[in-house]
Amino acid sequence: MSDAQAVSPADIIREAGALRRSLETGFREQVVNSLYGEVERVSRRAVRDEGSKPLELDQRIDRIVTSRWLGLPLMLLILAVVFWLTIIGANVPSAMIATALFAVEDWAAALFISWGVPVWLTGFLWHGVFRGLAWVISVMLPPMAIFFPMFTILEDLGYLPRVAFNLDYLFKKAGAHGKQALTMAMGFGCNAAGVIATRVIDSPRERLVAILTNNFVPCNGRFPTLIMLATVFVAAAFPPAVASLVAAGSVVGIVVLGGVFTLAVSWALSRTVLRGEASAFTLELPPYRRPGIMRILYTSLIDRTLFVLWRAILTAAPAGAVIWILANISIGDVSLATRVSSALDPLGWAIGLDGVILLAYIIAIPANEIVVPTMLMCYMSTGMMTELESLQDLRRLLVDQHGWTMLTAVNLMLFSLLHNPCATTIITIYKETLSAKWATIGALMPLTIAFVVCFITATLARLLF
Amino acid sequence: MATTPGTACETCPLHTEMAQLGAAVGGFDRVVALAGNPNTGKSTLFNALTGLRQHTGNWPGKTVTRAEGGFQFGGLRYKLVDLPGTYSLLSASDDEEVARNFLLFGRPDCTVVVADASALERNLYLVLQVLEITDRVVVAVNLIDEAKRRGIEVDTRSLARDLGVPAVPIVARTSENVMALLQEIANVASGETVTSPLRSKGTPEFERAVTKLVPMIEAAAPGVPNARWIAIRLLDGDASVEEALSTGKLAELVARQQVPDARFSRKIALQGAQ
Repeated sequence: MSDAQAVSPADIIREAGALRRSLETGFREQVVNSLYGEVERVSRRAVRDEGSKPLELDQRIDRIVTSRWLGLPLMLLILAVVFWLTIIGANVPSAMIATALFAVEDWAAALFISWGVPVWLTGFLWHGVFRGLAWVISVMLPPMAIFFPMFTILEDLGYLPRVAFNLDYLFKKAGAHGKQALTMAMGFGCNAAGVIATRVIDSPRERLVAILTNNFVPCNGRFPTLIMLATVFVAAAFPPAVASLVAAGSVVGIVVLGGVFTLAVSWALSRTVLRGEASAFTLELPPYRRPGIMRILYTSLIDRTLFVLWRAILTAAPAGAVIWILANISIGDVSLATRVSSALDPLGWAIGLDGVILLAYIIAIPANEIVVPTMLMCYMSTGMMTELESLQDLRRLLVDQHGWTMLTAVNLMLFSLLHNPCATTIITIYKETLSAKWATIGALMPLTIAFVVCFITATLARLLF
Repeated sequence: MATTPGTACETCPLHTEMAQLGAAVGGFDRVVALAGNPNTGKSTLFNALTGLRQHTGNWPGKTVTRAEGGFQFGGLRYKLVDLPGTYSLLSASDDEEVARNFLLFGRPDCTVVVADASALERNLYLVLQVLEITDRVVVAVNLIDEAKRRGIEVDTRSLARDLGVPAVPIVARTSENVMALLQEIANVASGETVTSPLRSKGTPEFERAVTKLVPMIEAAAPGVPNARWIAIRLLDGDASVEEALSTGKLAELVARQQVPDARFSRKIALQGAQ
């Protein structure tokens, strides 16, 4: 064994270097060339190719789907149809689930009172924790159960690489990788998944660009917020016949704006801290494949919908509890919630929002899904209304009692699109980059952008109108 | 997630002779690795064999890390490791490294290279690179239905003869011919099928240089499998292999391949975190 110990790694590397120099230059090319020759020979013998007719239908579809002029509009149209179906499909089930769950809340609270359970405990459990859960489930479950299967069908068909193909030249101009479009598509489901998906990008620089900008794709946790605002504020100004189309159109508008910010920020990063050119890569356009229905349902409902909903529920219960405590513990005559939100009011006003919205965003750091429920619970705990029967009630609550305007709605959409990623995503950025610096930048850069953009729109709106 | 195959599975021929073990990892008799180019249907095959619903998607780069599952065949329990899709094992991108490290140091009893029948020539580069690393290989020529529609047919017998390892035509999506594939996997893993993999030979000086380095590597890092492959990479001046050798990371790599990628693989296998 003494012999064995005499060999150190450094010896081996030195020896290898010496041997390498002793070899004919280009010895490796010879090996590679013989490999290529081998491959060609083997495959020529095994493959019988009758003039290899390319899948004609595939090619015909691709000529349209990836065409220079039609590719992008078609992509936006598909996106709009998906959102439109989500919006019109989710409305009724959402209302039904809400009615049912809130009935359970009232019934259970009454039962607790009749049992003589202390009022504070009843309130905490049912009007706090349970109401948080009820909100999250009724607001999130129906849109996800519609959106995710449609998205998974597009994924299984093979549409995503075509999207990447269409967007490639834009990303290249921005100094980013064309596959960033694939990671953005994953971000629609969940930004943390989008960040993990950036592993398909080889270059570390371009991968970091993709990680830092993934947040500008609104994840499904933020879609309910966008859909609600688009329905209640933007679409309400239009006749009912076209309202859902307008709502879908404005959600697409927000997504496109997210794309613009992705490209702009990628461009800026590629010219400053992450300087460099876009690298070349080959992107396969796989043949279109018929999606398997069972697998689609499994992937979209179990893997995606329930996975995301469960995460939302885990954060909604404690958030509901926190809100109840804030709303029901008073210092002097004023509840904690009111105190905190009035302290945040000036800052909120400056960016066209208000203190309650900012408070909701602080409570919702663990998961974006609970922003709207948190906000509404804060409003309702300080206002007079306790039940929301319809979207009209919602509008009345926000506009009449809490002074919302179109500016509030638009800026909240912008803030929702641009603000910091949720805690899970930030942790994922840290795990993927193993750098506290990039995780911090990944959180603070979008937040700063959100504040600046909302401040500008608020100031402009106040000057102009 | 217990493996409760749906009714569709009960009637499927696969179900009669094999059992899907899902993610019940632990106590396995054999380890089988799944390698292949991106988007050739590795994950689909993985799901067909394990009953797990590892998320499949029709875009290259879907599987970003190793996913693990299990199945039972012929009375033995097999652990199946789904590696990320790669075109080669040479460059240093993350997923290629995951795939390469597992093949090198995870010591699978059999490696299944999934190849796309419509693009066999391109897929063969990876097959030959895997053959450089291990003898125990089965080539699964997948998507033969799609290839047929394009007017392409693959003679797997000729392929098997040339490569020196079994080659089986399959359609992973419908589990067509998967039983035959399993039989070949079982035979190779048990050593019943002796393979004689095709390896491109370098010049005599090159072979001499390799022969000189191999014992040195084996002495410096006892128990390292594939010293020959490491020697070739060193001669090639592969910086990542040099570093792994000099920092002692090699031994650590060998150990690490025995445990699942703690951060992601189980979670992804179980929950398909998209």
